[in-house]
Amino acid sequence: MDLVIARPEGLYCPAGDFYIDPWRPVERAVITHAHGDHAKGGNQHYLAAAPGEGILRTRLGADINLQTLPYGLPLTHHGVTLSFHPAGHVLGSAQVRLEYGGEVWVASGDYKIEPDGTCAPFEPVRCDTFITESTFGLPIYRWQPQAQVFAEINQWWQANAAADKASVLFCYSFGKAQRILHGIDASLGPILVHGAVEPLNRVYRQSGVYLPPTIYAGEVKKNDPMMRKALVLAPPSAGGSTWMRRFGDYSDGFASGWMRLRGTRRRRGVDRGFVLSDHADWPGLLWAIEQTGAERVMVTHGSVGVLVRHLCELGLDAQSFNTEYGDDEEENPVIEEPDIAEVLT
Amino acid sequence: MKDFALLYAELDATTSSNAKLAAMQHYFAEAAPEDAAWAVYFLSGGRPRQLVPVRILRDLAVAFSGLSVWLFEESYQAVGDLAETISLVLPETSHTSTDGLAVWIEDKLLPLRGAPPEVLAERLPGLWSQLDRPSLMLCIKLITGSFRVGVSKLLVTRALASMAHLDSKRVAQRLVGYTDLSHRPSAASYVKLIAPESSDEHAQRGGQPYPFFLAHALSQPVEQFEALLGPASHWQVEWKWDGIRAQVVKRDGRLWIWSRGEELVTERFPELESLVHCLPDGTVIDGEIVAWKTARPSTEDAFDPQTPAAPAVQPFALLQQRIGRKTLGKKILDEVPVVVLAYDLLEWQGEDWRNQPQVTRRTQLEQVISACANPVLLPSPVLTGEDWFDLARQREASRSLGVEGMMLKARDALYGVGRTKDMGVWWKWKVDPFSVDAVLIYAQRGHGRRASLYSDYTFAVWDAPADASERTLVPFAKAYSGLTDEEMRQVDSIVRKTTVEKFGPVSSVKPSLVFELGFEGIALSKRHKSGIAVRFPRMLRWRQDKTVEEADNLGTLQDLLS
Repeated sequence: MDLVIARPEGLYCPAGDFYIDPWRPVERAVITHAHGDHAKGGNQHYLAAAPGEGILRTRLGADINLQTLPYGLPLTHHGVTLSFHPAGHVLGSAQVRLEYGGEVWVASGDYKIEPDGTCAPFEPVRCDTFITESTFGLPIYRWQPQAQVFAEINQWWQANAAADKASVLFCYSFGKAQRILHGIDASLGPILVHGAVEPLNRVYRQSGVYLPPTIYAGEVKKNDPMMRKALVLAPPSAGGSTWMRRFGDYSDGFASGWMRLRGTRRRRGVDRGFVLSDHADWPGLLWAIEQTGAERVMVTHGSVGVLVRHLCELGLDAQSFNTEYGDDEEENPVIEEPDIAEVLT
Repeated sequence: MKDFALLYAELDATTSSNAKLAAMQHYFAEAAPEDAAWAVYFLSGGRPRQLVPVRILRDLAVAFSGLSVWLFEESYQAVGDLAETISLVLPETSHTSTDGLAVWIEDKLLPLRGAPPEVLAERLPGLWSQLDRPSLMLCIKLITGSFRVGVSKLLVTRALASMAHLDSKRVAQRLVGYTDLSHRPSAASYVKLIAPESSDEHAQRGGQPYPFFLAHALSQPVEQFEALLGPASHWQVEWKWDGIRAQVVKRDGRLWIWSRGEELVTERFPELESLVHCLPDGTVIDGEIVAWKTARPSTEDAFDPQTPAAPAVQPFALLQQRIGRKTLGKKILDEVPVVVLAYDLLEWQGEDWRNQPQVTRRTQLEQVISACANPVLLPSPVLTGEDWFDLARQREASRSLGVEGMMLKARDALYGVGRTKDMGVWWKWKVDPFSVDAVLIYAQRGHGRRASLYSDYTFAVWDAPADASERTLVPFAKAYSGLTDEEMRQVDSIVRKTTVEKFGPVSSVKPSLVFELGFEGIALSKRHKSGIAVRFPRMLRWRQDKTVEEADNLGTLQDLLS
């Protein structure tokens, strides 16, 4: 019998009687990371990796019934041995390793291969069956090294500052914003952040992640000339809102893996698109899958049909898992998960 | 090549005309004349015929990328643009080519035309590996003839004019025909574009037309016309014809006909050739080419000898049958005869008349037409009304007359360039479109800005009224414009959740969405399942208040036909 199956409430482990990232309220929820489409409120018991505690409590409430485990430390529940392993996606993100009756399954949640300094880097875990995401599961998605992207952002910021324009960079407030703060050259000017970003910065700093000093944009006086030299980090939802008025003449950019495509860039209507994702690109997905040594792969949210077919051609036993992940605004600026409905093969 | 790719990226990234203008000025100021010559050509809409068949290009890209065919296809479906897809899946390289745009086009790309597949297979990967990603995408767009970027010819004209300190009308004049297929841009032709004005410039004109003066849409209610436009008597009013806008140029004993896209179309209309004998040299007429004949009498009138039908304008659909043809046989010429409905005189006796007032040009035009006395050249009638309300009443006959509404031209207006208003103004006062409520049944992902978003829809109506015992939805129109970005995102998300089946890129969806579709014309068609073809269909509104059952049926469409 399969160690994990797809149920209307979420991915379910029958042997252990618990769910992984359920999208409907359940008794026991194991959470891979705190993005809204993976960590929902209303569950009776939560289990998550220890570094994710601060974020989870910030997002779901300080009083949730949450138990945590450090990465790598096993816990046995109904005979199922469970442990968390870094997924490299955001602070506290984890792959869930399950072992039962000599069989090992790993549910990866969302993951990224390139280490970024704001969370524990992705660690391949050997298993028989690997549950993988497929957000960027098409060969058109190949990331440049992040240093190159940060250099582009620095350059853009510098050029705007020289022209007395604020540089407003839209990015998801949890994960992407902190990664950018960590990666850019903070000596170029003041850094302002939107009210949605600042609380998460606080959690990152408390967890010992270095972020340069940031100023809460709400505290800056209108027309303060300092803003014309600043880099401003804001969630995509702030775009086009009255909140933007305070910056006067500004240049805007958007940091996301979706910016790889000209169509998405243009649809966003920003001056600059920076291709920066917290998910694995196509080579990354294939590398990670290979590293697990798994012979069976279950594919969730993203380009499910494509990845399943490709893995089958590589000789793996690949199947789809129908989930409701990838519907969160944090992950999906516009469309943009290429096909939840596309569970075909 | 790289500089032009950078310019393309800059133009592509902004929606501000000023930023585009600045980017072009900057490029032209730096570029070598031979490169600038090609840049002007592409920016103002020039497209050499496809250099490499798309199928071969695709096969080579698949082979060179190492992907399986289906995976390449999936990628293409997500990207929605072949050139971009290829640039995204080929191995990434650094830019090593130092050759400019002209060398790339003339020495590397144009020679590919007609080359056998094995030669292409040998050459293309070598060319591709010299270019970074943005240049590669551009290169492939040039190869496939699909280069497009959001600048108008007017904007290119302005960029060149301001750089060369010339009147932009002069540059527009010189640019006419620049993108014609027979013309190959060169350093010399570019230098001519931006050269100081010469006194004998007029004499060098040959068959060149003038830039077309374009109308602005007028959508205010008629009650406001008096306040907006002044009294109706200050305006020359005509029907807005549904045909092909054209200029007829007669100089040096020859006749040229230009379409609004500034394409030379003389050969497409052999029946207009006779005008060469009756128009004097130095005459340029602006008008509309329309299909013109006696409509086949309907059965009721056929036996009524009292009302022989007069020839009249025919639906654009008829004209369209002729536009697509490569060769014009006798049959099609008999079935779809055309005339020019003339409405303006731009040159008379070799003199530029564009700075004469509208009313003066019109008077002279009528004399030219009557002196010409050729049945293929008719005046577009001037309509008179007591006031705007009277004209609005007359305008109600538009549909039955086969016109799109009215044109309002200020009687004292000069003939301007493009969509300008500084010389006077032309308004198009169109009738409201036809509209029906239709159901979305298929969706396909879009291209360009809408790549990977389900934005192209097929709509259906019921084949029977609501009280029929059994009825099905029949597709009758495709539309992809009219929704806001936000609405499109919502529809996209619903399409993804209600997809029933996929046929290649097309998803069939569970019928649940109703839209009010607008269109300009409707005609019987054998090619469509519904038996009906509509013109310029677009979404006017998302009818979230209507259920699928409440959508219209074929009967509604058939009523519109009569």
